[in-house]
Amino acid sequence: MSKHTLSVLVENKPGVLARITALFSRRGFNIDSLAVGTTEHPEISRITIVVNVLEELPLEQVTKQLNKLINVLKIVELEPSAAVQRELVLVKVRADNETRSQITEIVSLFRAKTVDVSPEAVTIEATGGAEKLEALLRMLEPFGIKELVQSGTIAIGRGARSITDRSLRALDRSA
Amino acid sequence: MTEQATGAHHPQPRARSAAQAAQPVTEHVTGAQSLIRSLEEVGADTVFGIPGGAILPAYDPMFDSKRVRHILVRHEQGAGHAATGYAQATGKVGVCMATSGPGATNLVTPIADAHMDSVPLVAITGQVSSKSIGTDAFQEADICGITMPITKHNFLVTRAEDIPHTIAEAFHIASTGRPGPVLVDIAKDALQAQTVFSWPPQTDLPGYRPVTKPHAKQIREAAKLIVQAKRPVLYVGGGVLKARATEELRILAELTGAPVTTTLMALGAFPDSHPQHVGMPGMHGSVSAVTALQKADLLIALGARFDDRVTGKVDTFAPYAKIVHADVDPAEIGKIRAADVPIVGDAREVIADLIVAVQAEHEAGQRGDYADWWAQIDSWRKTYPLGYDLPDDGSLSPQQVIERIGQLAPPNTIYAAGVGQHQMWASQYINYEKPYTWLNSGGAGTMGYAVPAAMGAKAGMPDTTVWAIDGDGCFQMTNQELVTCALNNIPIKVAIINNGALGMVRQWQTLFYNERYSNTVLHSGPTAEGKQPNLGTRTPDFVKLAEAMGCVGIRCEDPADLDSVIEKANSINDRTVVVDFICHEDAMVWPMVAAGTSNDEVMAARGVRPDFGDMDD
Repeated sequence: MSKHTLSVLVENKPGVLARITALFSRRGFNIDSLAVGTTEHPEISRITIVVNVLEELPLEQVTKQLNKLINVLKIVELEPSAAVQRELVLVKVRADNETRSQITEIVSLFRAKTVDVSPEAVTIEATGGAEKLEALLRMLEPFGIKELVQSGTIAIGRGARSITDRSLRALDRSA
Repeated sequence: MTEQATGAHHPQPRARSAAQAAQPVTEHVTGAQSLIRSLEEVGADTVFGIPGGAILPAYDPMFDSKRVRHILVRHEQGAGHAATGYAQATGKVGVCMATSGPGATNLVTPIADAHMDSVPLVAITGQVSSKSIGTDAFQEADICGITMPITKHNFLVTRAEDIPHTIAEAFHIASTGRPGPVLVDIAKDALQAQTVFSWPPQTDLPGYRPVTKPHAKQIREAAKLIVQAKRPVLYVGGGVLKARATEELRILAELTGAPVTTTLMALGAFPDSHPQHVGMPGMHGSVSAVTALQKADLLIALGARFDDRVTGKVDTFAPYAKIVHADVDPAEIGKIRAADVPIVGDAREVIADLIVAVQAEHEAGQRGDYADWWAQIDSWRKTYPLGYDLPDDGSLSPQQVIERIGQLAPPNTIYAAGVGQHQMWASQYINYEKPYTWLNSGGAGTMGYAVPAAMGAKAGMPDTTVWAIDGDGCFQMTNQELVTCALNNIPIKVAIINNGALGMVRQWQTLFYNERYSNTVLHSGPTAEGKQPNLGTRTPDFVKLAEAMGCVGIRCEDPADLDSVIEKANSINDRTVVVDFICHEDAMVWPMVAAGTSNDEVMAARGVRPDFGDMDD
């Protein structure tokens, strides 16, 4: 199994996300994580999909099938070495007067933030790659995680180039 | 006016062609009128459909249209298959129309069918009023959601001003690139609203740019492989017909001298009588075609998709062959079998470029020598020709019936088959000399396809004889459209190959389920006294049924009457004719590659495994 991060530029229209997720399920591929949002162009949305595939060939099949969707404008695979990948996690941890300081120490070690405090719990916001967030959660687990919410991965290529650089008309669909 | 219901911005709208852009037309109309005007402008001359509540506004201006002929069918499934048959025969986009809810869901099977066989189809459905969408309103169904996996694309239109450009986009998507079905679901209030109709509309499909021009380097690579190969085969699929590339194919075939095999979807793309035609490949293909693919050292796949019915067990398919795979859909290349030379492009452009590249190789002194290869193929052809035994009880042989229909029909006759044994026999025992004369449901295998598809073909080609070759099982699924044929002067001919059974399933039960015929018998079975009934389905009485539906009904049970009955059917051209051919139930389709086995295990007949001599290692 290998994980691949795909950045998919799509027309910002209703139902496009459903077309993409339905395509994954009917072609037998599993989405590991999914994040959708707007881009610098209001008419374009960007979907970041992390997909787990067995070999190289099926990944090519995924991207080719995605490219066939009329509302898909462009697909780029972001290599981990050439891209910045981030997830956001909000986690509510059990905390009392005894443990709170230990927790805030962990928070600062991971350069996370405490965003809410109550007598029985603290809520922590952290961003980072999947490994860092896993490590943070491992450290917090012994205190008791009451609630956890995690975003899908978003990713952007390193360097000056932008995948939305070229005009819509010049999009290379054979990629 | 060019904005979608979502308010999406359109950076660079473009007109569909400069010629059309020259004379824009502007009219004040309702959404429904703009729909009909749009259909007129895109050249939809025939629409198959049934009205109902949500689509009702569209049927009012339809009543007045001089350019769109609406054919009122008896079931929406019939409308869908008729539009498919129309498209397959004429090469134009087929159009069907239905109301919301059950009307739309009845189109699901023909849409799925058209999707599997890449047929250009536009389905227009009424939808409940936009304010009611999502409330479980009367006759509401999320048909866009339902058809998402079985359409090339679909649209939900909720504003009148979006109707013309959506129709233009739907026809463009359906007919270009790899063709396919497109559904346009239009809310009733959009049909009723006032709008301005202007043609041509500005279409905007920034994410749709099919590649049709093949890569020159890949073409040169393919040409090199062709002249270097010792045992090449041109593996021709339905894409060659879709691209209208049959003339080019013939030139390429004769230029290279390579054997040609046409798949079930490509019958007619290369004349069956041509000496280089080695037959149809696949589960019920000819021994020569199946074996040629297995022994080949090069397959040139043109608009074919390595379907499991062609490849058998994929791991052992064409084990010695390098693959040149040309398809307009990049996702087909490498999907089943890795390609050594992938070529993305329209089959017509690919073949035209290949001709030039192969000529260049020839001029450079590089020419393939396939003499030994042809000697082998000819020996297989000679030793294992297609054939059948006549039943020894004096009953009609289904193969013979179909063969004689093919021999006695006028030239250029179009054949539409259902799905099952009769379909395979029709693919084997009728000679297809011209393209677009063979219509069938290949990918989806939709029983009931034949009668409505034949009706659609005849509506599009009124001067051509159209024979539906159907089974008694298939016929009972969609025969209601005979009424449509009778009332709309669409005189088709229907041959029911009536063996009283779901024959192909029965054949599998014979071969793989110890002759336990669970639920494949369509006749009444033995009487209380143990007396076997007559052969064939007798309930319903197909002759009376045909007559009741305004058609001519004829029964044929005796081989001695076969030719005269067919000739009588051929002589009646003002009414639909249904011929009930009562056939023996034990006839089987051979050759056969059992499902899931290797094509090396092809059986020429029951218990007869071809001997391929020294090459069979």
